[in-house]
Amino acid sequence: MSLSAQYLWVIPALPLVAAAIGALTPRSGRSLVAGAAIVALALSFFISCAALSTALANPAAHLTHNFTWFELGNDTVRLGWLLDPLTAFMCTMVTFVGTLIFIFSLGYMHEDENFKQFFCFLSLFAAAMLGLLVANSLLLLFICWELVGLASYLLIGFWFHKPSAAAAAKKAFITTRIGDLGFLLGLLWLYDSAGSLLLYDNGNGVLEATALGALGSAATVCGLSVASAIGLLLFCGAVGKSGQFPLHVWLPDAMEGPTPVSALIHAATMVAAGVFLMARVYPLLTPDALQVIAIIGAITALLGATIAVAQYDLKRILAFSTVSQLGYMMLAIGVGAPSAAIFHLLTHAFFKALLFLGAGSVIHAAHHEQDIRQLGGLSVKMKLTFATFAIGTMALVGVPLFFSGFWSKEAILHAAHATAGSHFPFYAALVGVVLTAFYNTRLIAETFFGHGRSHAAEHAHENSAVMTTPLVILAFFAIALGFLGTPVYPWLQARLSGETAVHGHSLLDGVGLLVLSSGLVALGIGAGFALYGRTLRLRTKATAPDPLAIAAPRTHAFLGDRLKFDELYAATFGVVNTFLATASDWFDRSVWGGIVHFLALLGEFSGTVNREADEQGLNAGFDATSEKLRASGQAYSRAQTGDAHGYLRFLAVGFVVLALVAILGGGA
Amino acid sequence: MNTLPLLSLVVFTPWIGAAVLALLRGTSPATTRALTLAFSLSTLALSGLLLTQFDPNSLSPQFVERHTWISALNVHYHLGLDGLSLLLVLLTGLITPAALLASWSFLSPSPPLSVSPSADPRLFGSLFLLLQGAALGVFLALDFFHWFLFWELSLVPAFFLIKLWGGPGAPRAAYQFVVYTIGGSAFMLVGFAALFVAAGTLDFTQLAQLGRDGTLAAKLPGGAHEVVFLGVLLGFAVKVPLWPFHTWLPATYAEAPTGASMFLTGVMSKMGVYGFLRILWPIFPVPLHNAAPWLIALALGGVVFGAFAAMKQTDLKRMVAYSSINHLSYCLLALFAVSYATGRNVATGPAASAALSGTLLQMFNHGLSAAALFACVGVLQTRKAHALSRSSGTGVPPVGLHDFGGVRTAAPIFAGLCGLSLFSSLGLPGLNGFVGEFLIFRGVFGLHPAAAAIATLGLLATALFLLTFWQRVFHGPRAGVTATAFSDLNSIELATLLPLVALMAVFGLFPGLLTGLFNPLITSWADHLTLP
Amino acid sequence: MSLDPLPLCLLFSSALFCLGLIGALARSNTILVLLGIELMLNAANLNFIAFWRYGPVTSPATGVMFVIFSIAVAAAEAAVGLALIIAVYRHQKNIRLQEANRLKG
Repeated sequence: MSLSAQYLWVIPALPLVAAAIGALTPRSGRSLVAGAAIVALALSFFISCAALSTALANPAAHLTHNFTWFELGNDTVRLGWLLDPLTAFMCTMVTFVGTLIFIFSLGYMHEDENFKQFFCFLSLFAAAMLGLLVANSLLLLFICWELVGLASYLLIGFWFHKPSAAAAAKKAFITTRIGDLGFLLGLLWLYDSAGSLLLYDNGNGVLEATALGALGSAATVCGLSVASAIGLLLFCGAVGKSGQFPLHVWLPDAMEGPTPVSALIHAATMVAAGVFLMARVYPLLTPDALQVIAIIGAITALLGATIAVAQYDLKRILAFSTVSQLGYMMLAIGVGAPSAAIFHLLTHAFFKALLFLGAGSVIHAAHHEQDIRQLGGLSVKMKLTFATFAIGTMALVGVPLFFSGFWSKEAILHAAHATAGSHFPFYAALVGVVLTAFYNTRLIAETFFGHGRSHAAEHAHENSAVMTTPLVILAFFAIALGFLGTPVYPWLQARLSGETAVHGHSLLDGVGLLVLSSGLVALGIGAGFALYGRTLRLRTKATAPDPLAIAAPRTHAFLGDRLKFDELYAATFGVVNTFLATASDWFDRSVWGGIVHFLALLGEFSGTVNREADEQGLNAGFDATSEKLRASGQAYSRAQTGDAHGYLRFLAVGFVVLALVAILGGGA
Repeated sequence: MNTLPLLSLVVFTPWIGAAVLALLRGTSPATTRALTLAFSLSTLALSGLLLTQFDPNSLSPQFVERHTWISALNVHYHLGLDGLSLLLVLLTGLITPAALLASWSFLSPSPPLSVSPSADPRLFGSLFLLLQGAALGVFLALDFFHWFLFWELSLVPAFFLIKLWGGPGAPRAAYQFVVYTIGGSAFMLVGFAALFVAAGTLDFTQLAQLGRDGTLAAKLPGGAHEVVFLGVLLGFAVKVPLWPFHTWLPATYAEAPTGASMFLTGVMSKMGVYGFLRILWPIFPVPLHNAAPWLIALALGGVVFGAFAAMKQTDLKRMVAYSSINHLSYCLLALFAVSYATGRNVATGPAASAALSGTLLQMFNHGLSAAALFACVGVLQTRKAHALSRSSGTGVPPVGLHDFGGVRTAAPIFAGLCGLSLFSSLGLPGLNGFVGEFLIFRGVFGLHPAAAAIATLGLLATALFLLTFWQRVFHGPRAGVTATAFSDLNSIELATLLPLVALMAVFGLFPGLLTGLFNPLITSWADHLTLP
Repeated sequence: MSLDPLPLCLLFSSALFCLGLIGALARSNTILVLLGIELMLNAANLNFIAFWRYGPVTSPATGVMFVIFSIAVAAAEAAVGLALIIAVYRHQKNIRLQEANRLKG
C-alpha cells in the first residue's frame, strides 16, 4: 500500500465531510451523524495506515505536494501537504485513538439532547487536527491550529448552559490565543526573513538547508539571534496549546467539557499539537531556544505533578498529570531528543486516553460524580474498568519493563541525562517521577479501594460493551506500544529520525538510570501506599480529611488552590486588562468626547455672540431707519385724497400763480 | 468597447429608483418593498456585468466616461473603475440589499416597532436608494468636483435615516454625525480649493501624476503643501474614523436603525479608507511619508484602544461599533506602514503588496462581517422589543450585554450564524476575516515590526470582547429576554444573514476570488513605491 | 390802434383755456370734466399755431408738427380716459368724479 502526498488531503477531508453532514442534518438524525463521524474517521485511519507504510518505506524522505492558494503581488501564497514518518505516526495515532473515543462517546453521550451536535463538533475537531498534521506550510498549520482551538472551545463549552463550562471555554480560547499571538509573530518573522512558509519545497522550504543557513547568518536582535527569536515565538504557540507553564491554567478548567472530549482533545491529541509543532520545526531551533524549551518543560513537568497531588476532582488530577507529561515531552525536545518526545507523545496518547475513558466510565457509572472523596471501592463493582484503568496508571507511572510509559519516559531521562546543556531538567524530571507515582497511587487507592463513600459509589455498576471495548483495546496498546522503542531496539525513534537502520544497544548500557528511575517509582508508590492505602479502612465518609491535609495542612491547601496561579493572573493581567478597558472607555467619553464637546460648545458660544450682535446692533439700526422711512411715506400718502377735483383745483391755483408771476415779473 | 455608459448606470439606477418611489403615490407597501429591493439589487446585477468585462490585468481605470462639464473650472464628469473600485462596488451591491432586508419592518405597512412620525415606507426606501447611489458615486468618480458632491450628498439621507428611524438618542447622534463629518470635509474642501488654484485641475489621475513627480509640492511652497495635506487628511480621518476622531461613531452606530448601521459600517466607513487609498496616498506621497510615524501611532491607538474600549461597553451595538474602529484601524495601519517604508532602503515589495492586499481584503471582509454582526444585534433588538411590548411600552430598546442568556438553546440557527459572524470578526482562519488580517500583519511586520507586535494586543482584546459577547448572550441558562418565548430566525432574517455568512466562508476558503480582481493593481502599486 | 393778430389769438386761447378750466372744476360728470380738459389742451394748441404763424421766427411747419402730435396724443388720452370712465361706471353704476376716490393712498 502506498499513498502519494497529493492525496493526503483525504485524511482530514473525510471527517470534515462528516462534520458538514452533522451540521446539515436535523436534530433527529442522531444515528446518521454519529455513524458518519465514526465511519469517516475509521476510513481516515485506514488511509493513514497506507500513509504510514509509504512513509516507512523511505523514512528520510519528505514527500510533499504544494499548491497555490492565491496570488499575492508578484508572489503566490502556497500551501501544501507533507508526508514523512512524523506526520504518518501522528495521523495513525489520532485517527485510531479518535475512532475508539468516538465509539466510546456513543455510550457516554447517549442521553444528551445535543448528541448530534457533539459528533459534528468532534468531526470538525478531527478534521482540523489531521489538517494540522498533514500541513506542509506553517500558514496552513496555523490555520488548522486555530480551527483546532475553535473545536476545543466549542467542545469545552458543550454544556454551555452551565456558566462554569461557558467560562472555561472562553478561558481556554483566550489563554491559548495569547500563545497563538506569539506563534503568529514568529510566523510573520519567519515569512519575512525566509520569504516562504512552506516547510519543505525542493530546497526552498524554511526547514531546508538554504533557508536555515540564511536565518543562521541573520543579524541578532537584543542579544538574541533571529533564528532563536523566531524559535521562541513559535514556542509561545506551543506553550499555549500544550498547557506549558505559565499558560497551563486553562487545561484543568477545560475538564468542564464532556469526558470523551477531555480524553480526545485535552489528553491525547490537541494538547500534543504543541509538542508536534516543536518536533516539526525542530531544525529551526537554536541551542538557545532549546535551552529555554527544556527549562520550561521541566518546570511544567514538576509543577503539574506537584499540583496533582492535592486535587480531589478525578478529571482534574488527570488534567494536571497531562500538564506534567506534556512538560516531559517539551523537556525532551529541549534536550535535543524530538524522537523521544514523539515516542512519549504516542504512548501518552494511548494511556492517557485510556485513563480518561476509564474516568469517564467511572463518572458515567457513578451518576456524574467525579470527586474522589465521594468514590471508593469501585474495584469490585467495575472490574473491567478497574483493570484497564490500572494498566493505564502503571503506564503513566512508568512501572518498569512491561508498560509503554516506562520506555518512553526512559528515553526522555536518557536524553536529559546526556544533554550538554543544563542538568536542571534532568533532576526535575526525576523528582517528577516520584510525584507521578505518588499521586497516581493516591488516585487508584481513593477511587477503587476502601469503602464506597457515597450513595453513587455504592450503587455503581459496570458499563455496556460499547464503552468498555475501547478501554480494552487502548489498554492493550498502553502495554504493547512501549516495545516499539525500547533501548534494545529503538525502531520508532530511528524511523522518526529518518533512519532505516536501527541501532540498539544492550539494556545494561544505561542500567544505572534504569534502576534509579525504577527505584524512584517504587519510592513514589510506597509513599502513596503508606499515606493513603493504609488509611482507607478508617475513612468511610466523604467528609473524612485527606491524610496529606492532616500531615501538612498549609502546603496541601496551597497545592489545592493550584499554587494560586489563577488568583495571581487575576490580580495582575486581569487588573491590567480591566484598567486598560476602563481607561480606554473613559478616555473616549471624557477626553476625546470632551474635546469634541468643548469645540461644539465653542461653536455654540460664538453663534450666540454673533446672534446677539446682530439682534442688538445691526438689526436695531436697520429697524430704526426703516421705521422712519415708513412714517414719512405714510405722511406723503395722506396727500393722495383720490379727489380728482381737488387735484384740478391745485392745478388751477398753480396756473394762476404762474400767470401772476409771469405778469408781475414781466412788468418788472 | 461597450458603448453603454455602464458606470453611470451603476451610480444612477438607485437614484432613478428613489425618484420612482418618490413619484409613485399610493402604492401598496408590498410594491414599495419590492421596488426598493429591486433597485438596490441593480448594483449587484450591474457589477456582475462589469465582472464579465473587467480585465484585472489592465492597470488604468476601465469603462471610463469623461465629458466636459464646467469648462471654465476645468471640471469633467469623469467615471472610471479599477480593481479597488470594483471591490467596493461589489461590497455596496451586497450590503445594501441585506441592509434593506434587515429593515423590512420599516418597509412594512404597519411597522410594529416604528414610533417615528414618518412611518412611510416610501420615504425609507427612497432615502436608502439615495444613500446607495451616493456611495457608488464616491467609489467611481475620478474628478474631485462630483466626487465631493457624492461624498457630501451621502450625509443627507444618512442623517434622516438615523434621525427618523433611530433609537431614543438618535436626533442628537444624527446631528453629531453630520456636523462632525461636515466639519472634517470642510477642511478637505478648502484643501482642494488650494490644490485647484495651484494645479489647475481636480482630476484625480492628473493630480496623482503631479503628486508623484513632485510638481505639486513645488507649486505649493512654504508649508502650504503640508497644510493642504492636513486638511484633506482631516476629512478622511473623521470619515473612517482614525483614532481619536472616532467619537461620533459609537453613538451614531448605536442609535441608528439596524439597516442604517449595517450600511454605515459596511459601506460608508469604506469611503474613508477609499479616500486614503485613492486620494491622499497618491496625491500627497511625501507629506504622508513624513507624517507616517505619527499616523502609525494613531492607527495603533485605534487598534488597541478601540478593542479595549469595546470590552467595557455593555450596549451591544456600541461594542460592535468599537470593533469597527479596531478593524478599520488595521487597514490604515497597513497603508501607513507602506507609506512609512517607502523610500527607506528596505526590500518592501512583497511586504508592501501583502499589506495593501490585506487592506483591500480587510475592507471587504469587515464590510461583510460587521454588517452581519449589526444584523444579528438587530435580531436581538427585535426580540427584546417584542418581549417589552408584551409587558409595557414599545419602541426601539437598547440591547444590553446582560439582557439575554442561553440564546443558543432557544434559537440554534441564529446562534450558529451569529457565531460564525463573530468568529469571522475575530479573525478565525477558514472564515474571511483571517486572510485580510494575516496579510496586513505579514505586511506590517515586514515594514514596521514593532507596530505589528503592538497590534497583536488588539487581536487578543478583540477575541476577549467578542467571546464575552458570545458567552453572555448565547451561553448560560436562559435568562432575561430569552427566559420567555424567543423565536428563531424568520425567513426574512434568514435571507439577510445567510448570504453574508455564506460569503464569509467562501471568501475565507478562496480569497483568490477577491485578490484576483486587484492583484495586478496592487503589484504595480507595490513595485512603484518611490518618493519624488 | 391797429389790431395785431397775435394778441387777438392769445386772448382767444386764454378765454378758451379759462372756459375749459371752469368746466373741468365745476362739473361732476367725468365726461364733462374730460371735455373741459380737452378744451384746455386745444387752447394750448392754438397758442402753438399763433406763435408759429405770427412769431418772429417762421421756420417751416414746426408749429403744425407740434399740434399734430399733440392732437394724436390727446386722442389716445381721450380713448384711455373714456375706457377708464366705462370701467368706473361698471364698478359704481355712475360716473360721478367725486365718488371715484377709492384709489387714494
